[in-house]
Amino acid sequence: MSIDYLVRFVQVHETFRKPELEALACLAKISLEFLFYRECSPFCIIRLHDEKAAKALISRSVLSKGIYELWARATTYEELHSNIKAARSAHWPRYASSSFRFDIDVYQGSHSASQQRKLIESFDYLGFEGPILMKQPDQIYSIFEDYDWSCPVPKQIYFGRWIAGSQRDAINTYSLKSRRYLSTTSMDSELSLITANLTLAAPGKLFYDPFVGTGSFLIASSHFGAVTMGSDIDGRAVRGKDGRNIVTNFQQYELLEKYLDGFISDLTHCPLKMGRILDGIMCDPPYGVREGLKVLGTRDGSGKEAVYINGEPAHMQDKYIPPKKPYSLEAMLDDILEFAASTLVDHARLSLWMPTANDEEIELGAPIHPCLDTISVCVQPFNKWSRRLLTYQRIPEHEIKVRSKPKTRTAIEGSKADDLNAFRKRYFQGFKTQGEPERSL
Amino acid sequence: MKILTTSFLTCAVKACKSSPLSFPLHYKDAELEQSDIAYNPRFLINILPRIDWDAVRVTATELGFTVPEEKPELPALDASSSTDTIEPADEKTLRELHTLLLETEVREGKLVCGNCGHEYKIKEGIANFLLPSHLGEFELFPFCFLH
Ligand SMILES: [Zn+2]
Ligand SMILES: [Zn+2]
Repeated sequence: MSIDYLVRFVQVHETFRKPELEALACLAKISLEFLFYRECSPFCIIRLHDEKAAKALISRSVLSKGIYELWARATTYEELHSNIKAARSAHWPRYASSSFRFDIDVYQGSHSASQQRKLIESFDYLGFEGPILMKQPDQIYSIFEDYDWSCPVPKQIYFGRWIAGSQRDAINTYSLKSRRYLSTTSMDSELSLITANLTLAAPGKLFYDPFVGTGSFLIASSHFGAVTMGSDIDGRAVRGKDGRNIVTNFQQYELLEKYLDGFISDLTHCPLKMGRILDGIMCDPPYGVREGLKVLGTRDGSGKEAVYINGEPAHMQDKYIPPKKPYSLEAMLDDILEFAASTLVDHARLSLWMPTANDEEIELGAPIHPCLDTISVCVQPFNKWSRRLLTYQRIPEHEIKVRSKPKTRTAIEGSKADDLNAFRKRYFQGFKTQGEPERSL
Repeated sequence: MKILTTSFLTCAVKACKSSPLSFPLHYKDAELEQSDIAYNPRFLINILPRIDWDAVRVTATELGFTVPEEKPELPALDASSSTDTIEPADEKTLRELHTLLLETEVREGKLVCGNCGHEYKIKEGIANFLLPSHLGEFELFPFCFLH
């Protein structure tokens, strides 16, 4: 048997919503069919096996508020009532004596209190005789109206019974406002949790962030039960400052038992032994908006001579900061995908944030790899630029049919090094406006 | 740096990766700390097949622990089954693995590559694998053996 459900999405990060729900279905091993979904609407209709599946699906969702058993949908109330009577009258007696309340959920429209009362009274034929409780009733029935912007009548009306709530409270729990160790590049809690969902973080898994910063992704995936470790080329990020660091963040959220380790390293010289050991990789690499990309090594190829200070090699001293050389965006993306392909177990995922120039001639293509399936591409637009979250899944070895020389990038106009440099120049110098995340490390 | 993490690490110098001498890294002047961490059997059961047991044995022996010669065998745990279905004998093995791999940490010391001799410092539990420029980009230079 299959039942139709209404998912009440939030109307933010629209392009992330469907991939999140699909990831959660994958995690809960349930089959999910989209019957109605529009980027412009917070109401989505899906088909699931049963109520248990509905609860499992939505309980980890960050981009929805809850899920409802859909009783009817229509474009007018007349039609809605007749649909409810036709499809659902056999079920009413089951809820006749339950305590209940009615909610009215209107998107891009509104009703006065008296209109609301009238609207609810029009459902009297349901014959619910249980007490009306505002707080924790047995059943919540909800009337949903979906309006086009400044349109006098709704384009769609839904009626449903509340089944389960989501994980949206976690956004507050992990809010950067109350986090003790932060940097200007810390990913906000909502996007961190979404990234963890897309990467399928779950109990028993080992997750890694090679650009860990202050540990936002680790915290989010450990919230979902994963054991996490991270590294960063910037030792200051890993060590922290004034007694505040990644470890104290984990302590703050009582997740310390889920934190494995942090170490200082550079992805191009990563000390992790190449082998299929990871269940997930999440990262927001520093694309060097301000400083340019850097890896270890010197710009002019010098640096072959060890430098000695007071008779000790400089690189063995505590204060040693290795010289850095520019690193092309392309090379970094290729390195990340290659690293993921070598270290992820079968079906494990990589989630990678990258900037995209969306307003002019240079748009960066999403990199591809023969061992990785592209699962989703989600876009977060800002005023003058946008970034996207790419999610990949490791293809099992026996399914990788063509192991030809990897073609690492989809052909994109202007993705040659010079063009990238041009892009970067514009991107680095340009158009940062208020309220946009700072991009530097 | 926990023992589990150590078992995943090798020398950061590219030229060393192909040498069997570079794995595992060897502890030097290690100061150990034992902490209480919530027992997580699901994680251990998931991760154990990916662990190079010979490497764990080398590290454990160097730090003064005794571990079995063969990697312990544990029952698979599927996502739906609960962790309280674990047999008492397996439970004992899991607890021991938990103590060694997750509760034992090197707070201060060095990790040394058996191939190039490079030493990676560990301070307050955090290892630094950044390479000096003469190791990062180019072939290994002989004077690095000096320290
Ligand atoms: Zn080495
Ligand atoms: Zn050296």
